[in-house]
Amino acid sequence: MTESLSHIISISDLNLQQIQTILHTAKQFKQQAPGSLLSNKIIANCFFEPSTRTRLSFAAAAARLGASVIGFTSGADSSIQKGESLQDSIKVISHYADLIVLRHEQEGAARLAQEVSAKPIINAGDGANQHPTQALIDLFSMAETQTRLDGLAIGFVGDLKYGRTIHSLVQLCALFTMRLFFVSPPALLLPDYLCDYLKYNKIRFSFHERISDILEKVDILYMTRLQKERFAADEYPLLKYKFILTADLLASVKPQLKVLHPLPRVDEIDRTVDSTQHAYYFEQAANGLYIRQALLALLLQ
Amino acid sequence: MQKTRSVSAIIAGTVIDHIPAGTALTIMHLLRILTHQYSITLGLNLNSHRLSLKDLIKIEGRILNASERDQVALFAPKATVNVINNGVVAQKIKLKLPQQIHAVFPCPNPHCCTGFEMKYSHFFISEFHKKILLTCHYCEQRFEREQLKTSI
Repeated sequence: MTESLSHIISISDLNLQQIQTILHTAKQFKQQAPGSLLSNKIIANCFFEPSTRTRLSFAAAAARLGASVIGFTSGADSSIQKGESLQDSIKVISHYADLIVLRHEQEGAARLAQEVSAKPIINAGDGANQHPTQALIDLFSMAETQTRLDGLAIGFVGDLKYGRTIHSLVQLCALFTMRLFFVSPPALLLPDYLCDYLKYNKIRFSFHERISDILEKVDILYMTRLQKERFAADEYPLLKYKFILTADLLASVKPQLKVLHPLPRVDEIDRTVDSTQHAYYFEQAANGLYIRQALLALLLQ
Repeated sequence: MQKTRSVSAIIAGTVIDHIPAGTALTIMHLLRILTHQYSITLGLNLNSHRLSLKDLIKIEGRILNASERDQVALFAPKATVNVINNGVVAQKIKLKLPQQIHAVFPCPNPHCCTGFEMKYSHFFISEFHKKILLTCHYCEQRFEREQLKTSI
């Protein structure tokens, strides 16, 4: 029997069985619309920090399951402005709603909220720490395009130091026997604690300086944004070209290779890639709906 | 041959022995023993069979509770805490590294939701490649023991 889910705070809280239940439920929902499973429920979308995709896809997922959505879209229109603590806000809201989706700029905010909330919490991003629902969407997209997860070779490209989606996804990948390739500028390497975590879980991984070094070896290429402001002005144009994917580079890759990106992209994926058979980032974004529907249904039933 | 003590004996209280040389002052700060008027005898860089050099703290009239012993163990995992009664050792406690520590150190991550508030601070302790590491329960960041703020 699967241990039932009570909150979604961090990938490190989930076991393999729970992850498989989430992926399986999302797959079922994608194949057949589940109907109004949550018709008498209220979901509170509490976004203390701006978000478009995550917030809208949670609202859409709730609406498609027949639930009502309440909430706010930035800290500015909540009583945070009046100096209310996060704990007090959550305590109160958890009596209005059946589930709280929380995005907050402080790291660990979702864990703190879980401790005072009477209802389930879903972490929709806490600072640079975790974004577990995005990582589950990414994993779902990998399984969907490759038909398996064990044995896959995954390449991660871009800002591996500050990207919270990368951190959550790398932890998820460690549950499967994947081979991981990390491509980033030297200043934006994967944090030590994640490298130690991978070593501890006996996952094979290596570091590379340009995207072309790994292209022919991987089944999934996971691209992320390189933020200009993290580099010196003269450094960025030089670096940029090592981490940009164009259609020409895809000439001799594995036929089943899929390119994923948590979006929004800037210029790290050239638009020429969009029309190739390898582009999957828009489908990946669409999968957000099914994973979030699955999470809402599993937490509330 | 006459055996001499390098620090004088106490009647009732606690002797913390086998502290790594150079760590005694950190432990004094942690236990906040200077803020009360306990008689304290401090030994620094004493010869030791086990550690080659060690520090030692004797506190007259003060017994450490389990939480205080955990704080000592974080910085001196091989220390021995002797409870002294009527001038003799009544209890000898060998410390070991605790698994968790609550409400002692604020989280060093400036973006952590605990916001330097000690009452929420909660770390999981682990040892990796001979380093003592603390992982914040909230922001999930990992720190080396030396990154903690230990002065008052």
